[in-house]
Amino acid sequence: MTTTRSPAGPRPRAGGVDPTPGRSPRQALPFLLPALVVLAALVLYPLVYSLIRSFFDRAGTGFVGIGNYVDLFTDPRTLTAFKNNVIWVVVAPAVVTGLGLIFAVLTERIRWATAFRLVLFMPMAISLFASGIIFRLVYEEDPARGVVNAVSVGVHDLFSAPSPYPKAQPRDGVPFTAAEEGFTSTRTYAPGSSVVVPLAGFPPNRLPEGASRASEPAVDARELRGVVWLDVSVGGVAGALDNGERGLPGLAVEAVRDGQVAGRATTGNDGRFTFPDLADGQYSVRLAAANFTLPFRGLTWLGSTFITPVIISSWIWIMTGFAITFIAAGLAAIPRDALEAARVDGATEGQVFRRVTVPLLSPVLLVVFVTLVINVLKIFELVFVIAPGSVQEEANVLALQMWQVSFGAGGDQGVGSALAVVLFLLVAPAMLFNIRRFRRERS
Amino acid sequence: MRRLKVTAALAAALGAVTACGAGTTAPGADSRSLSGQVVEVIGPWTGDEQLRFEQVLDEFEKSTGAEVRYTPAGDELPTVLQTRVQGGTPPNVALVAQPGLVEQLAGAGSLKVVSPEVEKAVTEHNAGVWKRLGTFDGKLYGVHFKSANKSTVWYSTEAFDAIGAEPPRTWEDFLKVGRAVVDTGQAAVSVGGADGWTLTDWFENVYLRTAGPDNYDKLAKHEIPWTDPSVREALETLGELFGDPRLVEGGGAGALQTEFPQSVITVFGDEPKAAMVFEADFVASVITTSTKAKVGEDAKFFKFPSIGGSQDAVVAGGDMAVQLKDDQATTELMEFLASPDSGRVWAKLGGFLSPNKSIPADAYADDVTRELVKQLVDAGDNVRFDMSDLAPAAFGGTKGAGEWKALQDFLANPRDVDAAVQRLESEAAKAFGR
Repeated sequence: MTTTRSPAGPRPRAGGVDPTPGRSPRQALPFLLPALVVLAALVLYPLVYSLIRSFFDRAGTGFVGIGNYVDLFTDPRTLTAFKNNVIWVVVAPAVVTGLGLIFAVLTERIRWATAFRLVLFMPMAISLFASGIIFRLVYEEDPARGVVNAVSVGVHDLFSAPSPYPKAQPRDGVPFTAAEEGFTSTRTYAPGSSVVVPLAGFPPNRLPEGASRASEPAVDARELRGVVWLDVSVGGVAGALDNGERGLPGLAVEAVRDGQVAGRATTGNDGRFTFPDLADGQYSVRLAAANFTLPFRGLTWLGSTFITPVIISSWIWIMTGFAITFIAAGLAAIPRDALEAARVDGATEGQVFRRVTVPLLSPVLLVVFVTLVINVLKIFELVFVIAPGSVQEEANVLALQMWQVSFGAGGDQGVGSALAVVLFLLVAPAMLFNIRRFRRERS
Repeated sequence: MRRLKVTAALAAALGAVTACGAGTTAPGADSRSLSGQVVEVIGPWTGDEQLRFEQVLDEFEKSTGAEVRYTPAGDELPTVLQTRVQGGTPPNVALVAQPGLVEQLAGAGSLKVVSPEVEKAVTEHNAGVWKRLGTFDGKLYGVHFKSANKSTVWYSTEAFDAIGAEPPRTWEDFLKVGRAVVDTGQAAVSVGGADGWTLTDWFENVYLRTAGPDNYDKLAKHEIPWTDPSVREALETLGELFGDPRLVEGGGAGALQTEFPQSVITVFGDEPKAAMVFEADFVASVITTSTKAKVGEDAKFFKFPSIGGSQDAVVAGGDMAVQLKDDQATTELMEFLASPDSGRVWAKLGGFLSPNKSIPADAYADDVTRELVKQLVDAGDNVRFDMSDLAPAAFGGTKGAGEWKALQDFLANPRDVDAAVQRLESEAAKAFGR
């Protein structure tokens, strides 16, 4: 490039040393050599060797042609990894660039902008591995450990109280079946009879304070009576009211006739319930489902359904700071008079943002976006750490698959190298784009 | 002959140590003969275990004068070792938990056959099965130094007392006790299904009992396919437990989110949610480090229940010492590791089981360990090595792939035995076919 700009320069003396340095490639060579050697050893050699290695088998001795590539594109695990990489590339960089833009523009207006940006930039200072462990805990399923589920359970329980006896159910052999509305008796009872319902599946030490010893109520000809108790004790007989077995207080019981609820009752401390004024006839007895609904435990974030979005969300948390920093720097370089002119012409802030700021920023946005794409394609640690073993296949990405194939699963470095080459080919266009861009900016 | 003398002196010295209970070893006449020689050992142990193993090595250093350098490689040991071998700088001795890797290295000529003295010690001190495990192509390459008893079910005595249950001996009793536990609002077992290896251990224990040791050996070598009726039967048996969401804490989906240490805490932590957890003897160390429960009081164990009248059988794991060089110091270290003297040092420190039957029971630190070792030694030739560790790593040792993933899918849907055996077979065929 320099030669074209200086056609009038003095000609080098034949055989001698060029008096004007920087013109002769021969003279430049010794200066470039150290860098070239390092580049060749650390970049070029591994690159070429990976390419060659990808045509050889597991042991590295037998030539298999494109066999490894065929293996790779027929392996469902690699295909899942491809699919996930596509999701990553489509979603993650766009979201991060967008968030970065919004935060950068907003923070420009506030007084403590630097402090604010510093906070948002902080996640970048944590290693990806450590961030992964943090998010692994954040999304843990057990609300006692995972903060996301702790919050969702807390909010959920504000609106609907948890049931008193989750998981309890009538013992086998008792004439009750599970229905949508609750456990319903398969036989019917007339007033004057007594219903005994032994339940199991609830810890005796978690019964309410007031619960007292259960006993069968005396029969009264006009009333339908019964008892519901926790049929669990050491040495107790299933279905029998053994010593020390207590009633379940506060349980909602319904008497049902022809599908209609004819009466409602609540059990007392000894587990007894009474329907005092039922008309003559046959009733089935129902223990309302609300007594037993399992507590809301939040969502299985780290299950196969949500795993990729969850990992992407943690990457967004980490990388947004990076985007903000670059975009804010770009923002500072925008000529103020363009913005002022637009405002003077009566543009609203929204219009200024869309019509002036974003177009002027677009080169920066593009660089940030492309850099993020490259970063996303080689994502590894987050997936490795956050996804539990049981869903690692569903969360798999190319870089992780490459590592697993090469070192994890019996060390097939042939297929591993093939994956590395594919990954390189995917990253290459984005890199070329960035390089060309930098060059154009310089010239 | 110098070597023999050293060994004799070493044995005498160690004998003296155990006899008087003192910690110092009086050097014998020839004992410093190896001074100046350096032996590098690569092993999987880190943290506390590393400190304990280093005490074993200290004993060797003291009596021979050789210098031993220990490099802990953790779970990545196969990668580290293979890289070292390929790079032409192998360590002198490696402790490998995967017989499959030992076979691979032996086949590639990277390992040295052990000396006749070591072979003699292995034959003398171990059940025949351990020697067979270290033998490839008719030659002995490995010495099992440390082993794991993977046929133990650990239970909370509090949960068992609440229902007045005794440790079950048969699978039927096991399920019955489990259902009784469910009545008290807890789950019967906690399964660490997020880690695939816990599931392979479940399967191996059931399979060893329903199909017998002979079929076990065949399946381990993939001589019978995973679609064999015996596999089906084992999975159906396992399905009796996994298929009942009340028996398994959190049901299949919950178990798949539970990692192994958490599955132990679920049983022995502050808010227990299940009564039993199955895994190897190292459950005890998780209990000790992560919960307030006391092993032997709050936490006890019973043998994996017998199924259909099956005999005592133990699924075991273990670390095999192999030598990659054959200089004198290396060979002597191998002899030391094959002798009961080395194991005795660690046994005293706890957290150690040895297949070496010449280590007396009172050398072990506590009753629980003694009982674990007794089961292992008593099962004699009915001990089988963990099948997934014998298989190629692509099948038996990869997170989210192969047998691990296939059994995780089975845990998610225990009724679909067909899909499980198909997937197991196709993954196995791929991994063994290479």
